[in-house]
Amino acid sequence: MKFGVVVFPGSNCDRDMQDALEQDLGQKVLMLWHKDKDLSMFSTDDCIVLPGGFSYGDYLRCGAIARFSPMMQSVIEFAQNGGKVLGICNGFQILCESGLLPGALLRNSHQQFACKNVFLKDARNEVYKIPVAHGEGRYFATEDILNGLEENHQILYLYCDESGHVTEAANPNGSMRNIAGICNTERNIYGLMPHPERACSSILGNVDGRKIMHQLFFAESLVS
Amino acid sequence: MEITVDTAKQLRLTADEFEVIKKKLKRTPNFTELCAFSAMWSEHCSYKNSIKWLKTLPREGGRMLVKAGEENAGLMDIGDGLGVVFKIESHNHPSAIEPFQGAATGVGGIHRDIFTMGARPVAALNSLRFGRLEEDKTQHLLSGVVHGIGHYGNCFGVPTVGGEVYFDECYHTNPLVNAMSVGIVKAGETVSATAEGEGNPVMFVGSATGKDGIGGASFASADITAESAEELPAVQVGDPFQEKKLLEACLEVIKTKAIVGMQDMGAAGIICSTAEMSAKGGVGMRIDLDKVPARQQDMKAWELLLSESQERMLMVVQKGKEDVVKQIFDKWDLPCEVIGKVTTDGLLHFYMHGNLEALIPAEELVLGGGAPQYDREYNEPTYFESIRNFNPASIKVPANLKAVAEKIIALPSIANKRWIYNQYDSMVGIANTSTNNPSDAAVIHVKGTPKGLVVTTDCNSRYVYSDPYKGAMMAVSEAARNIVCSGGEPLGVTNCLNFGNPYDPEVYFQFVNAIKGMGEACVKFNTPVTGGNVSFYNQNPDGPVYPTPTIGMVGLLEDLNQRMTLGFKNEEDVIYVLGEINEDLGSSEYLYSILHVKHSPAPRFNLDAEFSLQQKLISMIRDRKVLSAHDTSEGGLFVALCESGFVEGLGFDIKTADHIRKDAFLFGEAPSRVVISVEAGNTVEFEKLSGNIPFTRLGVVTSGDIIIDGESWGDVNEWKDRYDTAIERFLDKEEAGAALQTI
Repeated sequence: MKFGVVVFPGSNCDRDMQDALEQDLGQKVLMLWHKDKDLSMFSTDDCIVLPGGFSYGDYLRCGAIARFSPMMQSVIEFAQNGGKVLGICNGFQILCESGLLPGALLRNSHQQFACKNVFLKDARNEVYKIPVAHGEGRYFATEDILNGLEENHQILYLYCDESGHVTEAANPNGSMRNIAGICNTERNIYGLMPHPERACSSILGNVDGRKIMHQLFFAESLVS
Repeated sequence: MEITVDTAKQLRLTADEFEVIKKKLKRTPNFTELCAFSAMWSEHCSYKNSIKWLKTLPREGGRMLVKAGEENAGLMDIGDGLGVVFKIESHNHPSAIEPFQGAATGVGGIHRDIFTMGARPVAALNSLRFGRLEEDKTQHLLSGVVHGIGHYGNCFGVPTVGGEVYFDECYHTNPLVNAMSVGIVKAGETVSATAEGEGNPVMFVGSATGKDGIGGASFASADITAESAEELPAVQVGDPFQEKKLLEACLEVIKTKAIVGMQDMGAAGIICSTAEMSAKGGVGMRIDLDKVPARQQDMKAWELLLSESQERMLMVVQKGKEDVVKQIFDKWDLPCEVIGKVTTDGLLHFYMHGNLEALIPAEELVLGGGAPQYDREYNEPTYFESIRNFNPASIKVPANLKAVAEKIIALPSIANKRWIYNQYDSMVGIANTSTNNPSDAAVIHVKGTPKGLVVTTDCNSRYVYSDPYKGAMMAVSEAARNIVCSGGEPLGVTNCLNFGNPYDPEVYFQFVNAIKGMGEACVKFNTPVTGGNVSFYNQNPDGPVYPTPTIGMVGLLEDLNQRMTLGFKNEEDVIYVLGEINEDLGSSEYLYSILHVKHSPAPRFNLDAEFSLQQKLISMIRDRKVLSAHDTSEGGLFVALCESGFVEGLGFDIKTADHIRKDAFLFGEAPSRVVISVEAGNTVEFEKLSGNIPFTRLGVVTSGDIIIDGESWGDVNEWKDRYDTAIERFLDKEEAGAALQTI
C-alpha cells in the first residue's frame, strides 16, 4: 500500500502528513500537484490523502474551489472506483464539497478558530487525544442524513471528554451529534476534522494519532 | 507643481531635512523624489533618532553569521549545517486604527523578512499590549488583533508557539502589536538583500501593487491623534494565501541559484527595496514603474514607489536566468515581471512610460548613507520623584491573603490566555513539542536533528517605566531565564523597542537608559542583538505608553531529551525556590493592580546573581536533578506555584518565611528566582549541588490541596478554573456581538 498526498497551493499540512506517514508509520508517499491529473501509479489498494490547509485561500466556502481542481477530478474517479481517500480538516471540507461525503462543515458555533487537543471515541468506545485546528468544522446535515449515518455505522469518531462521555462541553465546534469524522457507505472514503498526523511522534508527546491511522488504513475492516 | 518647504512639511519632513535634500541633489527635488525621501527618512525606515544608541548594543559575536542590521533578519549558526533566522517587528500604529488588518499584515511582514533570506519560517511569536480589559475599546482591539494574527498565521501555515499579553491603561489608545518569526535555513541557501552585476534584471514578484498602505512608514512615525482614523489608507491589507504561495515559490527559486539578491517589500515598498539593495551592493538601478503589475489603473509614479501592498518581493536575477524564475512563479500562479536592471552609477532612475520621474543616488536615501542621524536631548522623568517616595511600610499586610490571591490569579495580565492562543494554530508543522509538555519557553524540534530551538518574548514594561536601565536588563534576563528553565542555552536577541515620542526628553531618557541596560545584559549572557525594530511615537495627547523594549530571544537545545518542563510531576516531590527570596513589593501586580499603587521602584536586581543562577540551573537540569522548573514573574511565587500545579492538576503544601512579610513572600516579584521540584530521594544531592546559589525548601507537591502555612486554601482545580476563565468572562460579550454582525 502506498499513499498519495495532494498538494493544493494553500495546503499547509501536506508536509506534516508526508512526515507522519513516512517517518512515523514507515509508509511510501508520493506528493501530487493540484494541477496534475495522473493517478495511474495508484491502485485501489492505495490511499490518496487530502491534507489540511487553505487549499485555494478558502476566502469562499472552504473547499468550494478545490473540488474543481484537475487533481480532484481524478481523485473523485479514483474514489468511485473503490480507492481509499482520506480527507483531514480542509480535506474533509473538500470531500463534502465534492459530494463524496454527505453533509457540510460550517463555521464553528462560537465563531472562532479553535486549535487544541480534544478527545475522540470510536465505535468500540476507545478514547483518543487528537488535536483540532479549524474555523469551519461544525458538521451539519439533515436529520435524515444523520440518521442514515448512524444506521449504516458511518460515524467513525465522536467528540467526547477524557472519559469517553459525549457531551456538549466536549464538542469544540458545535458539530451535530458531536460528529468528528465519517465515512461513505462503501467505507472507502473517510473525512475527519481532527489531525491524527499531529499526534504520531513521541517527540510531540502524543502518539494516539498512530492508532487512528492504523485503524483507517490497516485494520482488517474498518470498525463499524 | 512647485515644491516648497511646506510640501516637505506636509510629507512629514522638517525644514532642515528639506534643505539637506536640496544640497544633496544640488537642486530642488520634484514631488516624486520628495516622496521617496519622506518615506526613506521617516523614523520607521531611517532610525534617525535611535541609530546612535542602537550602535552601542553588542551586535556581533557568539554564533552570529551576519552582522546586525546588514540583512533583513538575524542569522545564527545552530550546527549540522543549519542556521536560525529570526526577527521581531512592530505593527502598532496600523493595529490601533484597524486591528484585524494591522495585526494580520504585521504577521505577514515579519514572515517575509525571514523567507527573503532563504529560511522556512517554523515558529511565530508575539507580544501584545492593550488597555484595561474592562473597556469596550480594549475588547474590540484585542478581538480584532487576535483574529488578525490567527487569520494570517493559520492560513500561512506557521504555528504561533508563544507570546505575551499585558493589559494596562497606558496602552488604551496605543496598543502594541509585536510579531516575531523564526525560521531555519540550510547553509549555502541563504540569500542576501543586495544588488550586483551590471545589466542583471530586477524582477518584481508577488501580488500586484495597489494604493493600499501608501505613506505607511511615515504614518507610523507620528503620534496617534483623534484624526488618525482618517489615515486608514495608510493601513495595508493582507492576503495570507498569496504569501503562502510566495513563500513556496521563493524557496523553490533560491534552490536554482538564479538569484543574486532578494528583499521583501514592506515599509516604503519599491523605493525602500530598490534603495537598500542598490546601496548595499554599491550599484544603481533603472526601473520602469509602468511594468510593475498594478491592481489599480493610472497609478502615479509616487504611488507605485510608496505603496505598501503586501506579499511582494524584489529580486535581482542573473542575466539569462529570467525564464527559470518565471517558470516557478507561473507554477504558483504569481505575477513575475522584469521591471528594470542593475546599473553601475549608484543612481536610482525611475521611469514611467519612458519619462524620467525621479533620479536619486541610492546611498543618500538609506540608513548608514545619507539618511539623517540625530542626537536627542534627554532628562530624568519627573515621575521618578514619586517612585523614590514610595514607602513599603505604608502598606499594611492584608488580613485575608487568600482573598487577595483569588483576585491576583484572575487579573487579565496573569490569567490563562487560552481565549487568545486557542485561536492560533500552534501545532501545524508538527514540531512544537510544548503543546503536550509546556515549558517557560516554546521548544521547537529542528527536523532531521535531535535539537530544539527554544524561543520566547518577554518584557515587563512596568519595571522599565520604574527603572529603564534595570527594567530592560530584567527583560533580557527573564527571556534568558525562560530559555534556561526549558533546558536551552540562550543564543541571541531580537528587540522591538516600543517608546513614545523621541522629541520628548523624558521619553528619550527612558530609551537611552533602556538601551544601556539591555546592552549590558546581552553582553553578560553572550546573546548579541541580531536585529529588530524601533517603534517611536506610541503616544497620544494623554501621554506615552510605558517604555516597552520587548525582547525576542532564541536559544538552542542540543538534545530534546534534555528539555525541561514547568509542571509538577508527582505528589510528594519536594518544592524549592532556587535564588534568593527578598522582601520586595516593588512594581508588582499586587501593588499596582490590587492596591492601586501606581508608582513604586522596580524590583531589586543584580545581573551577576542572575547569571550565576542560570548557569547553576542549566547544569542541574543537564545532570537530571530537577523534575520541573518555572520562572517566577508576574504575581510572584504564589502564581508560579499554581502554574506548576495546573499542568497535571497537582497542589502544593508550603511554608512562608518568618523574616519576610507574607504578602511580599507570596506576591512580590523579585526576579532571579525559579520554582523547582525535585524527587524526595534526591534532595540531599540537589542541596549539595546548588553550591553558592541560595535556595529555600518551600514544601511538597500534593495531590490537589493548596496549603499555605498549614492553612487550606482549597483545591487546585478551583484555582485553575478562576485562572482559566477570567479573560473569557470579559470577552464572551464581544464575540456574541461579532457573531450577530455576521448573521
